[in-house]
Amino acid sequence: MNYIPHTELEKKEMLKAIGVSSVDELFKCIPKELRPKSFNIPEGKSEFEVIEYLKLLSRKNATNLTDFVGGGFYDHYIPAAVDALAGRSEFYTAYTPYQPECSQGWLQAIYEYQTVICELTGLDVSNASLYDGGTALYEATMMAVRLTGRKKIIVDSGVSLIYRTMLYAYTSNLSIEFIETPVVHGQSCREDIYKHLDDQTAAVIVQNPNFFGAVDDFSDIVQQVHKYGALAIASVYPVSLGMLKSPGEMGIDIATGEGQSLGIPLSFGGPYLGFIAVKKEHMRQLPGRIVGATVDKDNKRGFVLTLQAREQHIRRERATSNICSNEALCALRALIYASLLGKTGFQELAKLNYQKAEFAKAALDKVNGVKVKRSAPTFNEFTVCLPKNADEVVCQMINKGFACGFPLGRFYKGLDNYLLVAVTEKRTKEEIVQFANSLEAALCS
Amino acid sequence: MNIPENLLYTKDHEWAKIEGDKATIGITDFAQHSLGDITFIDLPKPGAKVEQSKWCATVESVKAASDVYAPLSGEVLKANTELTNHPELVNKSAYDAGWFAVIKIADLEEKNKLMNSVQYKEYVQGLSK
Amino acid sequence: MQLIFEKSRPGRNGIKLPEIDVPIASDMPAKYCRKHPASLPEVSELDVVRHFSNLSRLNFSVDTNFYPLGSCTMKYNPKFTEKVAAMEGFSDVHPLLPQLSGGGMLAQGSLEVLYNTERLLSEITGMSAFTTQPLAGAHGELTGVMLISAYHKNNGKCRKHVIIPDSAHGTNPASAAIAGYKVVVIPTDKDGFLDMQAYKKALNQETAAVMLTCPDTLGLFNPKIKEIADLAHGVGALMYYDGANLNAILGKCRPGDIGFDVMHINLHKTFATPHGGGGPGAGPVGVCEKLVDFLPISRVIRRADGTFALDYHKHKSIGYIAPFYGNFGVILKAYAYILSLGRSGLIEASENAVLSANYCLGRLKDYYAPAYGKSCMHECVLSAEKQLEQGVHALDIAKYLIDKGFHPPTIYFPMIVKEAMMVEPTETESKETLDAFIEVMIEAAVLAKANPEVLHQAPLSMPIKRLDETKAAREPNLRWQPK
Repeated sequence: MNYIPHTELEKKEMLKAIGVSSVDELFKCIPKELRPKSFNIPEGKSEFEVIEYLKLLSRKNATNLTDFVGGGFYDHYIPAAVDALAGRSEFYTAYTPYQPECSQGWLQAIYEYQTVICELTGLDVSNASLYDGGTALYEATMMAVRLTGRKKIIVDSGVSLIYRTMLYAYTSNLSIEFIETPVVHGQSCREDIYKHLDDQTAAVIVQNPNFFGAVDDFSDIVQQVHKYGALAIASVYPVSLGMLKSPGEMGIDIATGEGQSLGIPLSFGGPYLGFIAVKKEHMRQLPGRIVGATVDKDNKRGFVLTLQAREQHIRRERATSNICSNEALCALRALIYASLLGKTGFQELAKLNYQKAEFAKAALDKVNGVKVKRSAPTFNEFTVCLPKNADEVVCQMINKGFACGFPLGRFYKGLDNYLLVAVTEKRTKEEIVQFANSLEAALCS
Repeated sequence: MNIPENLLYTKDHEWAKIEGDKATIGITDFAQHSLGDITFIDLPKPGAKVEQSKWCATVESVKAASDVYAPLSGEVLKANTELTNHPELVNKSAYDAGWFAVIKIADLEEKNKLMNSVQYKEYVQGLSK
Repeated sequence: MQLIFEKSRPGRNGIKLPEIDVPIASDMPAKYCRKHPASLPEVSELDVVRHFSNLSRLNFSVDTNFYPLGSCTMKYNPKFTEKVAAMEGFSDVHPLLPQLSGGGMLAQGSLEVLYNTERLLSEITGMSAFTTQPLAGAHGELTGVMLISAYHKNNGKCRKHVIIPDSAHGTNPASAAIAGYKVVVIPTDKDGFLDMQAYKKALNQETAAVMLTCPDTLGLFNPKIKEIADLAHGVGALMYYDGANLNAILGKCRPGDIGFDVMHINLHKTFATPHGGGGPGAGPVGVCEKLVDFLPISRVIRRADGTFALDYHKHKSIGYIAPFYGNFGVILKAYAYILSLGRSGLIEASENAVLSANYCLGRLKDYYAPAYGKSCMHECVLSAEKQLEQGVHALDIAKYLIDKGFHPPTIYFPMIVKEAMMVEPTETESKETLDAFIEVMIEAAVLAKANPEVLHQAPLSMPIKRLDETKAAREPNLRWQPK
């Protein structure tokens, strides 16, 4: 199937209008020696055949494991209305709303999405989305570098290693100095941060909850950071913001995070949703597209892409970022999701996640040999210490039908027996009890 | 096109008003007209050093961002912070309320590289042809 | 239309959550909790459904309107690919699964999709290997420039600048600058090609790379492309291919064959994945043999027994540029599209894309000055310069098209063409659609002479007329505020 409507007759008419005798003539600008050395692509198949083949492939993926894996990406329930609405092709087959009069649907949706992110983070201005939480954190870092003119960044090692790795990869050519500070008793070590904090520091980066699941209040750190004229950046988990102190309430300058938990499927790594929100005074350094409200000739409210003079299509090599495409459709999903949950629903969801995780902690407390880390409060994800190598236990638990968690030894030296467990509102009491029982059995064998 | 006689001009459409060892700088009427509605100005900060013909500020309109080059070298004494909330002043009054900054001139001889109002007028007329 | 926030009524909610089925533990200590809940809308599910259904109808989209947005390749998005991406076996897989011990076996289907897509893209473009990690075209460009930088560093040289034509898409210089390079801009000559004299002058031992697209943003295939590549290689610089215009040359020319060392593809352009209102896209990056070692980890490999695994042990790799393996959901759709079109379908896509663009050019060239030349490839650049004599801008023509139900072509790009209008019809539009568009364009040209005021007032038939963009930029109002 090639989705090309032209009949032979129509092709002839078009060629005549152009004034050439064949389509080949239109390609005569490509000389013979520049033609493909090979083009061994299999011939196309019918829609039915392609679907059957891909169905088969999809069945080679494990889908009946009960999911207790988090690590920044969570198995939350996605209401049917999100799929139904984001699946409307008037949304997903449109492009960037450069012509506002015929894109008010998208522009208004993004304005509403920006509002949601501001409300969740407690900050003043957001943008129309970035690729994911990792690139969002990178963009925040570059903002801090631009705003302060400094090149030293203090990064708490409780920030996801996935994001730290990305950050270092992106900035390897830019002579930026990164100093990692340790996590002590689950939380950010203030002493170490303050040891390195000085008037050469551009920013301090923290995460809430951190990768170990520990919850914190960074207000004290933020105060110190501001004393030195540096910026405070926090990477946050949006569902937790239905309960936890918001970055805005802590005085954080730039909040970023992964929006996958807001109605976006896990989908083996993407597409995801990077969000970013900043204090008013940093607005002009925000990368990416931003939608603003205005009026038309008849004084009717309308929405447009604005502050475009920051972007690549105008500033080119002096743009705040090179970003062009964003994750609009994912932002739309997040907006619809947040709208369905609403003010009280979002708080209820957070409570559900928290309570289920607390129950899981209690259940695992009772398993012989397992020690739940309780030196800091947690939201819906926590760390346990197992009596043996976590990798092995994970393997055994897979055979029992559980993706039981993420072995922290993969990301942190010396933590080979530690497991990161996430519990969302999708996990029932029975599943949690069974999980604890299976873990007990696995540890005995 | 308004081109006051008491100012000096650059090829990039900046103006300078020299008073003793200080100069007030801005962009010309021609510049503001071709930029259209100005939406934001990124001004140099007091204390910053600027160099003749090198970048010292950026003017943003809805669809463009244009660089402003210093007509003379020196140190920025003050910047016109009114422009932060009222960028339209540059459109309305490019030589008056729309001034960008006052600098302490480093080398008065540099003024010889600038055009007077007659020369600038000729230059601008030549551009429109 | 009202905002969803303005439809909020305290006490309403749109979803029922499961009851708490576990014993209640003590609350999170207050010091860690927020004092003020987020003011999210309080609306019913019907409120939400009606709101977004109506919002969607305020958009032009490929599924409802002809969308000849040049440089974006707005071709039809086959619906079956949506079905594929929604398959539970693909959409519900946690990305960390393969990173569990033996976990690769839990995601064999997805790994096979990635592996096969990389192989197919390599064959289509003549590159040795691909990475599906980059999450968008611009992201792919940045990745490509980072690969170039790693290559030079590995050779003990830290080169300083990247050469880019003045007709290039803004993401090219932006990406180069962000990766730490200086940008040297080369002008376009009167025939619409890279100025060879200026190019040779700029090329030296400090040149890290030359970033080009072919056909270029003017829709022209540069006959000297091989010479340009040879000259670059002669000073040890690498050639980067911006794949945005790949739809012009599928099966006709492969960047790897003509001297490009690294490239990106926009899956949301050439391979028909939906544009999504601005994203998500995907920008896989392909490289020649000498850059393979620097590709981002992890790499999908095929073991001798036919199973797939992730390889993290590439010590020369530039590292991770995405959290995982790329925008899998987007890659999957592109894979399905390639399987559906196959060899002949891909070639026909380019042939008909080029045919349609030349048809538009041929019928419009007497009304709007073609920027360069009498023929083009998959997109043509017209200029509204003639119309400017009557005070009519490309913007006015665009607004008139909206009134007639057509999404306008790209305007004011490339920046080197005055009053540019870039028309890219793509291969999936019927002749009658093209004819209807051409008729309206001709109408606009006639109105420009006879009654330009009509064009200045356009659009009049949309719910919104021309908006005050100056006000939006001067008085930024970027979110709804609760009272």
